[in-house]
Amino acid sequence: MSPTTAGILFIGSLVVALVLTHRPLGDHMYRVYSGTRHLAVERVIFRLIGVRPDAGQRWSVYARSLLAFSAVSILFLYAFQRLQDKLLLSLGFPGVTDHVAWNTAVSFVTNTNWQAYSGESTMGHLVQMAGLAVQNFVSAAVGMAVAIALVRGFARKQTDELGNFWVDLVRGTVRILLPIAFAGALLLVAGGVIQNFAGVHEVATLTGGTQSITGGPVASQEVIKELGNNGGGFYNANSAHPFENATSWTNWLEIFLILVLPFALPRTFGRMVGDRRQGYAIAAVMGVLAFASVALLTGLEIAHHGTVPQAVGAAMEGKEVRFGVPDSGTFAAATTLTSTGAVNSFHDSYTALGGMMTMFDMMLGEVAPGGVGAGLYGMLVLAVITVFVAGLMVGRTPEYLGKKIGSREIKLASLYFLTTPALVLVGTALAMASPEQRASMLNSGPHGLSEVLYAFTSASNNNGSAFAGITVNTPWYDTALGLCMAFGRFLPIVFVLGLAGSLARQAPTPASAGTLPTHRPQFVGMVVGVTIIVVALTFLPALALGPLAEGIQ
Amino acid sequence: MTVLQAPEAPAPAPAPAKGGKVGGGLLDPKQLLTSLPDALGKLNPATLWRNPVMLIVEVGAAFTTVLAITDPSFFAWAIAVWLWLTVVFANLAEAVAEGRGKAQAATLRAAKRDSMARRLPDPGDPGRWETVGAPELRQGDHVIVEAGEIVPGDGDVVEGIASVDESAITGESAPVIRESGGDRSAVTGGTKVLSDRIIVRITQKPGESFIDRMIALVEGADRQKTPNEIALNILLAALTIIFLIATVTMQPLAIYSKAQNPGIPDSLALNGHGVTGIVLISLLVCLIPTTIGALLSAIGIAGMDRLVQRNVLAMSGRAVEAAGDVSTLLLDKTGTITLGNRQAAEFLPVPGVRVMELARAAQLSSLADETPEGRSIVVYAKNTYGLRERRPGELAHAGWIPFTAQTRMSGVDVDGRRVRKGAAAAVIRWVRDNGGRPSEHVGQLVDGISASGGTPLVVGEVTDGGAARVLGVVHLKDVVKTGMRERFDEMRRMGIRTVMITGDNPLTARAIADEAGVDDFLAEATPEDKLALIRKEQEGGRLVAMTGDGTNDAPALAQADVGVAMNTGTSAAKEAGNMVDLDSNPTKLIEIVEIGKQLLITRGALTTFSIANDIAKYFAIIPAMFAAVYPGLDTLNVMRLHSPQSAILSAVIFNALVIVALIPLALRGVRYRPSSASKLLSRNLYVYGLGGIVVPFIGIKLIDLLVMFLPGMS
Repeated sequence: MSPTTAGILFIGSLVVALVLTHRPLGDHMYRVYSGTRHLAVERVIFRLIGVRPDAGQRWSVYARSLLAFSAVSILFLYAFQRLQDKLLLSLGFPGVTDHVAWNTAVSFVTNTNWQAYSGESTMGHLVQMAGLAVQNFVSAAVGMAVAIALVRGFARKQTDELGNFWVDLVRGTVRILLPIAFAGALLLVAGGVIQNFAGVHEVATLTGGTQSITGGPVASQEVIKELGNNGGGFYNANSAHPFENATSWTNWLEIFLILVLPFALPRTFGRMVGDRRQGYAIAAVMGVLAFASVALLTGLEIAHHGTVPQAVGAAMEGKEVRFGVPDSGTFAAATTLTSTGAVNSFHDSYTALGGMMTMFDMMLGEVAPGGVGAGLYGMLVLAVITVFVAGLMVGRTPEYLGKKIGSREIKLASLYFLTTPALVLVGTALAMASPEQRASMLNSGPHGLSEVLYAFTSASNNNGSAFAGITVNTPWYDTALGLCMAFGRFLPIVFVLGLAGSLARQAPTPASAGTLPTHRPQFVGMVVGVTIIVVALTFLPALALGPLAEGIQ
Repeated sequence: MTVLQAPEAPAPAPAPAKGGKVGGGLLDPKQLLTSLPDALGKLNPATLWRNPVMLIVEVGAAFTTVLAITDPSFFAWAIAVWLWLTVVFANLAEAVAEGRGKAQAATLRAAKRDSMARRLPDPGDPGRWETVGAPELRQGDHVIVEAGEIVPGDGDVVEGIASVDESAITGESAPVIRESGGDRSAVTGGTKVLSDRIIVRITQKPGESFIDRMIALVEGADRQKTPNEIALNILLAALTIIFLIATVTMQPLAIYSKAQNPGIPDSLALNGHGVTGIVLISLLVCLIPTTIGALLSAIGIAGMDRLVQRNVLAMSGRAVEAAGDVSTLLLDKTGTITLGNRQAAEFLPVPGVRVMELARAAQLSSLADETPEGRSIVVYAKNTYGLRERRPGELAHAGWIPFTAQTRMSGVDVDGRRVRKGAAAAVIRWVRDNGGRPSEHVGQLVDGISASGGTPLVVGEVTDGGAARVLGVVHLKDVVKTGMRERFDEMRRMGIRTVMITGDNPLTARAIADEAGVDDFLAEATPEDKLALIRKEQEGGRLVAMTGDGTNDAPALAQADVGVAMNTGTSAAKEAGNMVDLDSNPTKLIEIVEIGKQLLITRGALTTFSIANDIAKYFAIIPAMFAAVYPGLDTLNVMRLHSPQSAILSAVIFNALVIVALIPLALRGVRYRPSSASKLLSRNLYVYGLGGIVVPFIGIKLIDLLVMFLPGMS
């Protein structure tokens, strides 16, 4: 089988698997978030945290609950890391330094999983499992809760209630993430990913040196790392490490786990608003963007000019030989199109334009299909903006799913799409303006600029993948990127919940022949166009001085 | 020349059959020139702050001017001048739009001469009055107005009847009748009484007359941004902030890139301090949505103006916007869907009577019937059966029996023959009283006509000595205006439901509704029913538009999202509605909806165009800035522009000129044909989305071909 055929089969089988799963999974999530019954274990949790699960929350209360939960999580995680040497299973590692601990705490709570540290030589098993892995679950559940709250804003009428944050959080974790993660972990172990409590092994290498290899509960963390779009690896090499990602099969499974929830959520959305076609339209926008990205990224890696890539047939630097270009390219696209940030190859080593594609994927706002939950609400905000601009052209004031997009709605949507580009560009500009921070770059010239731009793009969009090269565990970068992650996560969430609140209060306008149809290919094309054009216009100057300058000869 | 119409656009006849195309409002190039002083006046930042996008351009223009003074070059000055022109062009668009209103206001002011009024201290005694200035009149005062005098203020006629020349307001030169009581009692200040004498009770507050409000409206003096305009402004502000951030944060990256390539000489675009101020501002101005920012307010003003040209006054821009969103139209049957009155449509003789005989009898018996129905019988007999219309005087010894509401018959007694025509029951009783026995067939004919929604009139005769007999039945029916069915089909395609309102019984109403093709009807409608129907539609989230003229329409007019009051109507109706139709033509509701839609489409189209334009500008400016440092970026110079300077200047010039080029479109509105949302969107996306991407590539290239010959461009 030629590499091209293998690549096509690899991608094709992923598409088939996603198409097959989106329906049962989407329907399951619809039932989870719409149901009124609580499981016994859930009732125990509600009693423990003192929540009345059947009380609905206004958007402001929903947002306050979410922010309080996240703030407490950050504090807890920070303390946990600082004190890890006093706790069990620390493997003898010292407490984590203050700036790294802050950065990591924010990183895991915001679903970013940017890692300014090397996992196997910094964190003990207890912090990995009881601290980081827990956040891998709940930060993903938070994202889904926000998306569901926004969908309820569209689906409900003339109400202030968006549901209950605590119920959504617990249900998402208990009924969606845990069962899939459990099954996925077994499959990964079967595929060769390790799961043990072993410490550090010293092994003698063939060249005569010694190497220390840390074992640990890898599979259980690996599965939620992908499923929850977290991306924080057990090992520094992340999914390129054979203990995390053993074979082509586990690679396929990991990509599938990354994409499965984000691509099923549009179905949930369609069910909740009572028109499945609306969900398919949103999924189609995601699909078109994702497919274009995978094709371009893989194409650019295969067809790159230059002596070495042409000699070996593709740009293989930084990629694992056991995966090859299509599998690596697909992983790179999947991880940056979602908010995962796990890597099985090094984006820094990609061709300039291929590397730009990974950046562009994130700059889209991670909406194709995007982070767990975050992708859906990001895409819905883009749909709102598209409706506003183009919807006027049908001769009515804009409305989406029967809800008018007035000044309050557009204000919140505008603030949403302002936040992340502002963080990325201001952060990059500050770093590039300071000689000290420029010293962190590994490369000079446009590639060095790309490294900094990538770091801020990744942090602000809560992706967490790194371009590598750049040294980021300095107090300045830890603090700046931590702020980008926190603002990049929670400001948009507050705006989305505000939008949801304002939509839920409205009475819907019934659709007629004069209403802009939002389920047709025409609308799908429009959202794709608006997404690409707005992003391209915002980031083109920065991209021109980084990857474009490097890549266009 | 009528008063309210802009000189270049004669008011279109309100013909519903025209296919519903909204047009009109062409731009006279002279207007650009005459509005220039206004445009320059608007450069004042205190007025410009209402438009944040253009304010940024003005600040940029001022900044480049400072830079051009401190470090003069032809390039710097050219950019500074074109940036100033960009702001001026934007102001010009608004000034031109306002200018048209001002011209109309001037003519209205001329009509608003301060006349003297004869006030009656005691309304019961019209013989005694005192002369006061019109501005001194208060609400509730009674004034007397005679032929040749100007009505001193808005009010209702409480006594008398007069013909009034309202051309000052409506532009219609034919006088109208105003009389006390009923729905034609309102008179407007500034109009002229042509005959007779009326007593008017003043209803306006001083300084708040209809003309005052009209002047304020057409001038846009208290123009407020509409909800959608506010929302669009927020989006434009957000885009402006994004591009502001994108350009400002580019600077450290540019400095770094320049420093990484020490061998590259400084250029006008890029030096050791990064991108030069002039180029940075040029990029910013090109990227922020100046096109729509410049034209947004002009589009709104022009939308109101297009209504004024059709003799409709919208009391707020909000109402015009709502008109675009309307999903239910309530249309009065009479005058809107059907011609005013029922007309004879058929003569149906009973067996044994020839139709000609019936026609002749029907005509004869209707000669003395002055009701519109009676006249229509005479006309029908003449047109269809060639019966010459005779004057009652021609038959010297005939005894004419006019139609009265009591007898419900009319007829004639001549040469021993008596002919009667009238309501079925009345004539049949008359026949029986005169010894006749109407056959069953008559009853069948009558019932058949009633069932089809028509009105049957029976014709009977009796000759001396003989028994009376029924000759046949005249079928009167409502005549639906031509083209209405097509118009309603169009409405349906636009997603608008039409509901016919009528006082007729449900049977009749259904027949007409079916014939006209409306979606629904409300029969035997009382004002309360109307109000209830509007509330019901609104509860379902629909916006409702209606017309009305009577005082009892006022609650419904106030409740409707778009309430169009007829100018002939009462003051109460005019107060309650949010639009007034000076022509009092209920069909115009359909045009109002189309104008509302056109306004929104124009806004959306130009926003899309404006944003799509940015792509080409990037392809011009990015290589111009950075190709010196990274030669590879010259690949992006797809237009093969002459030099960095010429590229940047061309982009700035294009950005300014496109505003001027689009002023006519903003004022006229984009072409609108009623069709489904999907079709409309495809077409507009194609023209303004795709066009917006392609046009600037061509435009900038063409400008570059000229600009390259200027000094300092290489």
